[in-house]
Amino acid sequence: MGAGGGGNDVQWCFSQVKGAIDDDVAEADIISTVEFNHSGELLATGDKGGRVVIFQQETENKSQPQCRSEYNVYSTFQSHEPEFDYLKSLEIEEKINKIRWLPQKNAAQFLLSTNDKTIKLWKISERDKRPEGYNLKEEDGRYRDAATITTLRVPVFRPMDLMVEASPRRVFVNGHTYHINSISVNSDNETYLSADDLRINLWHLEITDRSFNVVDIKPANMEELTEVITAAEFHPHQCNTFVYSSSKGTIRLCDMRASALCDKHSKLFEEPEDPSNRSFFSEIISSISDVKFSHNGRYMMTRDYLSVKIWDLNMENRPVETYQVHEYLRSKLCSLYENDCIFDKFECCWNGNDSVVMTGSYNNFFRMLDRSQRRDVTLEASRESCKARQVLKPRRVCAGGKRKKDEISVDSLDFNKKILHTAWHPQENIIAVATTNNLYIFQEKVN
Amino acid sequence: MSGEVQASTEEQQEMQDTVVSPEKAEEVKLKARYPHLGTRPGGSDLLRKRLQKGQKYFDSGDYNMAKAKMKNKQLPTAAAEKTEITGDHIPTPQDLPQRKQSLVASKLAF
Repeated sequence: MGAGGGGNDVQWCFSQVKGAIDDDVAEADIISTVEFNHSGELLATGDKGGRVVIFQQETENKSQPQCRSEYNVYSTFQSHEPEFDYLKSLEIEEKINKIRWLPQKNAAQFLLSTNDKTIKLWKISERDKRPEGYNLKEEDGRYRDAATITTLRVPVFRPMDLMVEASPRRVFVNGHTYHINSISVNSDNETYLSADDLRINLWHLEITDRSFNVVDIKPANMEELTEVITAAEFHPHQCNTFVYSSSKGTIRLCDMRASALCDKHSKLFEEPEDPSNRSFFSEIISSISDVKFSHNGRYMMTRDYLSVKIWDLNMENRPVETYQVHEYLRSKLCSLYENDCIFDKFECCWNGNDSVVMTGSYNNFFRMLDRSQRRDVTLEASRESCKARQVLKPRRVCAGGKRKKDEISVDSLDFNKKILHTAWHPQENIIAVATTNNLYIFQEKVN
Repeated sequence: MSGEVQASTEEQQEMQDTVVSPEKAEEVKLKARYPHLGTRPGGSDLLRKRLQKGQKYFDSGDYNMAKAKMKNKQLPTAAAEKTEITGDHIPTPQDLPQRKQSLVASKLAF
């Protein structure tokens, strides 16, 4: 299955849904991050309760091509616990803000997971053999009376039911005064960055007791604070390059070869604003909630409240493409400000060959934006479309005027049903879409 | 009579604003509801609120007082050991009830 063409000649079908059906959602069950690993075989989710669940793609049954590979639970563990910082009277949430996988080097899998303050490196390994035939112990672990032992035997490894173990291998603490919003593994596979509202640190995966600060935008006088860092990512191939986005809608590209402290950017990406269009909301809705490099490393995508923008790394003065996610919300900004929805942080992602991008919206809608065909479609993650291989029907929102059949009016949208986190398999047309507490997996329709 | 004429001019202005920019119309609505909203758009107040997320108590004394309210429910058992306690028992961090931790597995794992 290739990386597939556009989001629009592709028909998307329901594959699986994970999570409880009940409407009464416990806070701990709110999904806060979703990420495929580099091969797409593993899919990790993090939640507000600090738990990580990893799903594994079952190897395809070649004799039954209709039966597409499913993702089943592989491992689950408690990554972070709630903490209280006595010095600052701060409650530190256990919510997992981000998970990032390391490229696989050996039999074990590694991922980084972070909450607001602490980053942890987890090792996930399989055990399918266990030693049996000890001389001093019974099989159940009880010690044998040495006096009863008359012969010696050599313990051997025997197969056992597969056990997947997760263990924390590194804990990176005390690197951040403010809340961590991003982590990104470098292509050198030795270092990674972590970003909070005002600073970005560079860590070595082996070293937990120190990190280098590479960006610091904290003003000497906090009264002068005008902008914060909202997201950061390493370039997929150039280990010296990373970008970070801001609450003012700008993206800065930094080159670590230029200086140790990258306060001075190498490139500043900013779209000029029409001053006559400026309103109270302008800055808030221009705040970038996510930034992602394309797989080929030539472009980056940013998500702000109403749109998705594609930037060519060689052109700083404006994006090369702009897509409206839900323009009909522009005339609802007042109420979206009052109910805080205007501050929702939507993520975005690329497909494997960078031809289609995806991002979430409200009412459990998500958008597929086809760059090559210049077309877009709105789909819905809903329990109503959960029959096996059921093709998803495009959804339409009526902004005003007469509502056509099958359209939904803006005022009927459920703003509590937000799709903030989505992920696309690195090679295949398989997508993971997280609603508040459910994880939907959709796949390309196979004829 | 003149009041009516005035009203329709304002309406016309608002309609023009709506035609010009739905965003500006929304801003007018917001300012009407919250006349004291800061003149600086977005800005420092919002950012500082964001940076202070998680700040629940003024200081650790506040935190302990809040926890003590919960601890009061446990007093009857503490009283049984009164022969060993002289004076008031000063709470230490170890005594404070821990924040509820997630002992339940994620529902995604089923």
